[in-house]
Amino acid sequence: MLKNVSQTISDIGVMSQRDIRRYFRLPQLLITNIILNVVLLLLFNYVFGGAIQTGGVAYIQYFLPGFLVQSVVFGSTQTSVGISEDLSKGLIDRFRSLPMARSAFLSGRVVADTLRYLILVALMIAVGYAAGFRFQGGFFPAFAGVWLIILFGIALTWVGVFIGISVKDAETAQVAGFVWVFPLVFASSLYVPIETMPSWLQAFANINPVTPMVDTIRALSWGTSISSSLWKILVWDLGIILVCLPLALRRYRLLAQ
Amino acid sequence: MSVTAQSDPENTCPNAFIEVAGVAKTFGKVRALAGVNLEVEPGIVFALLGPNGSGKTTLVKVLTTLLRPDTGTARVGGFDVIGQASEVRNIIGLAGQYPAVDENLTGRENLEMIGRLYHLGRGRARDRAVELLDSFDLSDVANRRAKTYSGGLRRRLDLAAALVANPPILFLDEPTTGLDPRSRLNLWEIIKDQAKQCNSVFLTTQYLEEADRLADHIAIIDNGAIIQQGTSQELKDCCGGETHVKMRLADRTQMQKALDALREIAPENMYQNPEMGEISFPAPDGTAVLSTVVRSLDAVGVELAELSLKEPTLDDVFLAITGHVAEEVPETDTSMKSGSG
Repeated sequence: MLKNVSQTISDIGVMSQRDIRRYFRLPQLLITNIILNVVLLLLFNYVFGGAIQTGGVAYIQYFLPGFLVQSVVFGSTQTSVGISEDLSKGLIDRFRSLPMARSAFLSGRVVADTLRYLILVALMIAVGYAAGFRFQGGFFPAFAGVWLIILFGIALTWVGVFIGISVKDAETAQVAGFVWVFPLVFASSLYVPIETMPSWLQAFANINPVTPMVDTIRALSWGTSISSSLWKILVWDLGIILVCLPLALRRYRLLAQ
Repeated sequence: MSVTAQSDPENTCPNAFIEVAGVAKTFGKVRALAGVNLEVEPGIVFALLGPNGSGKTTLVKVLTTLLRPDTGTARVGGFDVIGQASEVRNIIGLAGQYPAVDENLTGRENLEMIGRLYHLGRGRARDRAVELLDSFDLSDVANRRAKTYSGGLRRRLDLAAALVANPPILFLDEPTTGLDPRSRLNLWEIIKDQAKQCNSVFLTTQYLEEADRLADHIAIIDNGAIIQQGTSQELKDCCGGETHVKMRLADRTQMQKALDALREIAPENMYQNPEMGEISFPAPDGTAVLSTVVRSLDAVGVELAELSLKEPTLDDVFLAITGHVAEEVPETDTSMKSGSG
């Protein structure tokens, strides 16, 4: 039993090492993604910063917490692409013929993606600090905020895993990823206050998990009260994982049909 | 090129047999396997011979735990492929139809990764990777990413990956498809080597010559069912037709003259190809017929450009049993889209 657990952990480690190497060796996956995020962050801050009214708060203060969330949300689309590539290139058959833990192929990817989100979020915070952003609530709320973003990323990664294993083709996975990610990011409190949207869109934005996620990070970084948004996002995280993880595992098992 | 044997005190050879009983598999409306029964002894090279779409790959996938059969049972090394899948995976190696190597890893990293997933341990996985890189002539490219490898190098790396755990049963799905002749010969050596180490090799092929040269036992599969099996000789004896004598005339305008002269020694089943100036007919007596042919033709002044005895081949066997030829133009593959990004 103990041997099984340690073997499973070792298998997940081996698989995540492989995915991490991939992220560092294919510049389009991590490096260009980082550059794109930095450029977007600076552009948004200096181009729209003066135009968008955010109720007296400096735009970078308003916008960076959302940007951190956005980098993770967009990042989760890479998960589907990686998984579907392994499927379409037949690598999956090799892995499935090995005596490795069955969960390792999928969870190794999630572990690697968690590390990727950490790198991405840490870098965005550093760039944000250079542009004037400050965690006004102190260290612990900031620390908690970063991990809440990572947890949200992990939940979305399982969505990405499910999509990747369902479409089995990298190009489709890329498109399928963006289809659900764009509405989530833009129809939320991430870029603009929800009150400025038409009422039907407000209804969507209010139930969109990105909204409580961003609101929580804002509160934590501003040092204000976090109200109900913390619970909302934790319920969302849990709900997404509880739905998508079994669906993804089921799809994985169905490969044998 | 040789493969180093792993000094394993526990000899798994006696258990390395395969039993398949009534295995059927349907994809949608396509019946890929229609009740396959098969037994493969340990320590032999077994070839599953059949044209594209005959069910070869499906059967390999069932035996390597990748696909669940709809009905029937299959045991590999005594383990059930469904109920004891992880035990099966411990004793098999698989090289599928297309090289399954991680392009973003180097050759060495690929093999180390596979070794660790077989739970060899970090140190052993590293040593084994070095051994295999060496015996597969991959040492020079060991630290290059597999993305930069040629097709032949990838194939070799893929095969090395299948041998990482020195598996008692090795599955090779069309291992030589797309290989140049020299690489093909190398691969044949490796396969023979495996059998010498009392490891079983289960390979599929659509090349009759390959089955003939390599396999101790051959099963012919067509439309998802095994239609004949035995040694290469047994198959030729049972259904391969006879030895033929075959000749080509130096001057094909002498065709009629030659046919008339030969009529006495070959009364029936004379085959002629006037355009090529070729004649052939059954020669059950073997070499004795050669001198008779030469004398008869000499007497009427017909000169020969070529004269030979043609042993029955598996092609003849296949044609005789299935009514169609085995080797077809490979279909263009749609599952190999390269999509990076």
